Amino acid sequence: MLDKTVNALGGGVVKAVSGFGYLGLLLLESLYWFAFGRTRGQPVKAGPIFYQMVEVGVRAIPIVTVLSFAVGVSLAIQSIYALKRFGAESQVVVAIAIGVTREFGPLITGILVAGRSASALAARIGSMVVSQEVDALRVIGIMPVRYLVAPPLIALLIMVPTLTIISDAAAIFGGALYSLPSLDIGLWAYLMASVDSLQTSDVTQGLWKSIVFGVLIALIGVGSGFSVRGGAEGVGRATTQAVVLAISGIVIADMVFTFYLNR
Amino acid sequence: MSAETAPAQPLIEVEGLVTHYGRRKILDGVDLTVEAGEIRVIMGGSGSGKSTLLWHLLGLYRPTAGTIRLLGKDIIRIPAAEMRALRKHIGVSFQGGALFTSMTVGENVALPLREHTDLDENTIRIMSRLKLEVVNLGGFQDLMPAQLSGGMTKRAALARAIVMDPKLLFFDEPSAGLDPVVSAELDELILRLRDAMRMTMVVVTHELDSAFKIADRISVLDQGKVLLTGSVEQVRDSDSDRVQDLLNRRPRDITVDAEEYLRRLTEEEYG
Repeated sequence: MLDKTVNALGGGVVKAVSGFGYLGLLLLESLYWFAFGRTRGQPVKAGPIFYQMVEVGVRAIPIVTVLSFAVGVSLAIQSIYALKRFGAESQVVVAIAIGVTREFGPLITGILVAGRSASALAARIGSMVVSQEVDALRVIGIMPVRYLVAPPLIALLIMVPTLTIISDAAAIFGGALYSLPSLDIGLWAYLMASVDSLQTSDVTQGLWKSIVFGVLIALIGVGSGFSVRGGAEGVGRATTQAVVLAISGIVIADMVFTFYLNR
Repeated sequence: MSAETAPAQPLIEVEGLVTHYGRRKILDGVDLTVEAGEIRVIMGGSGSGKSTLLWHLLGLYRPTAGTIRLLGKDIIRIPAAEMRALRKHIGVSFQGGALFTSMTVGENVALPLREHTDLDENTIRIMSRLKLEVVNLGGFQDLMPAQLSGGMTKRAALARAIVMDPKLLFFDEPSAGLDPVVSAELDELILRLRDAMRMTMVVVTHELDSAFKIADRISVLDQGKVLLTGSVEQVRDSDSDRVQDLLNRRPRDITVDAEEYLRRLTEEEYG
């Protein structure tokens, strides 16, 4: 019994470590092709990167804006409720500005993009594995990582931080709209006060996190896709796994980064 | 002397190929030589290892032991960059076509040209349409793969496989899933291609009619070994029971190894 448990535990650890190693190799290989592909006859072309930027980024703008706005409003409601006890409602400007840029903006964006794009990447690559399209790429002489992984990775590296900035703005705007009546100042004054209360490091901390989230989404999405075995059912499983792993990865990475960046 | 003027060198040389899937041995010392210009059919029942052999010839998996030389290059040991260069001379038509579903038929056929050459768009378009004409799919370049019938998919895949004018063409189960007429047309197409483009072809199939029609020589694979290599007549007249089982669609006698049987039943992690 104990024997079995230890065995399963050991197997799980080995799987996890090899999984991390695999994702690390995917990252290195993608960056390698991006940097040196042109001289090796395997260029990462601009067209597919732009296409992916539209898919993972531009198309996510409406949903990111709406949800960030909603979170900004909720955050304002809770902050005002908490700050009222100390008679410090006016501090809601600072609370929202810092909370959003350092934490909620990147986190909401990361989770949304993970839900949209990690699943899409896993499904696309998984079905290509099943229909032998990945094998076809290799026999044509196209490295699958260069062709299928590098473009979405680069696109996410650019678009997740961009979406985070949009999310920051939308959430602060949402917070402002709710707070204005109780603060008795104008919208413009509120926004200026928000900008004043922020230091560059608040914004950059959020952006660094969003870059890490982008990498996680790309690697977990394509990694799950490449690991598909066994037909349509396998694709479904990989898609689910991609979303769960990507969101878990983002939340945990967020905690770890927040801890180290604030020591 | 260039490679083209040395017909003595075989295009494919496989020696002592051994492969495993997990602990199960799939190929058990396969030797295979394919000469330039011939159509070689690799035949065998399900589970004979013929698909595995094909994957290894394509360099998609690493064997446990043995060497594979394509066009004189040892594909297991050459550097990755050289292998990619070699792939320009090798075409593959997959069983299910493996067309890229997100691209039109024309883009599928043009992809190898786009990736491997610096030709301008016009030339690429003309060349890929030419190949579509060769496989009788002229005018179908703007359809998506999902809109094609089974036979058309195979022909489109063939057009993509030959667009770089490869010296060596692999064909996985050309007639699988096709009706007899379409399948016969595809056989004609294969013969025509060989004559017109002087390609060497390796066709993996379990369809006897098709194999006998197109093959110059047939290699019969059984239980991971090459049972016999010979002309169509030699295979037909073979006195090997296993070959005759295959030709006459006889179910094989399954002999049970008592010890092995017990081990399969009792061992915790068999396989």
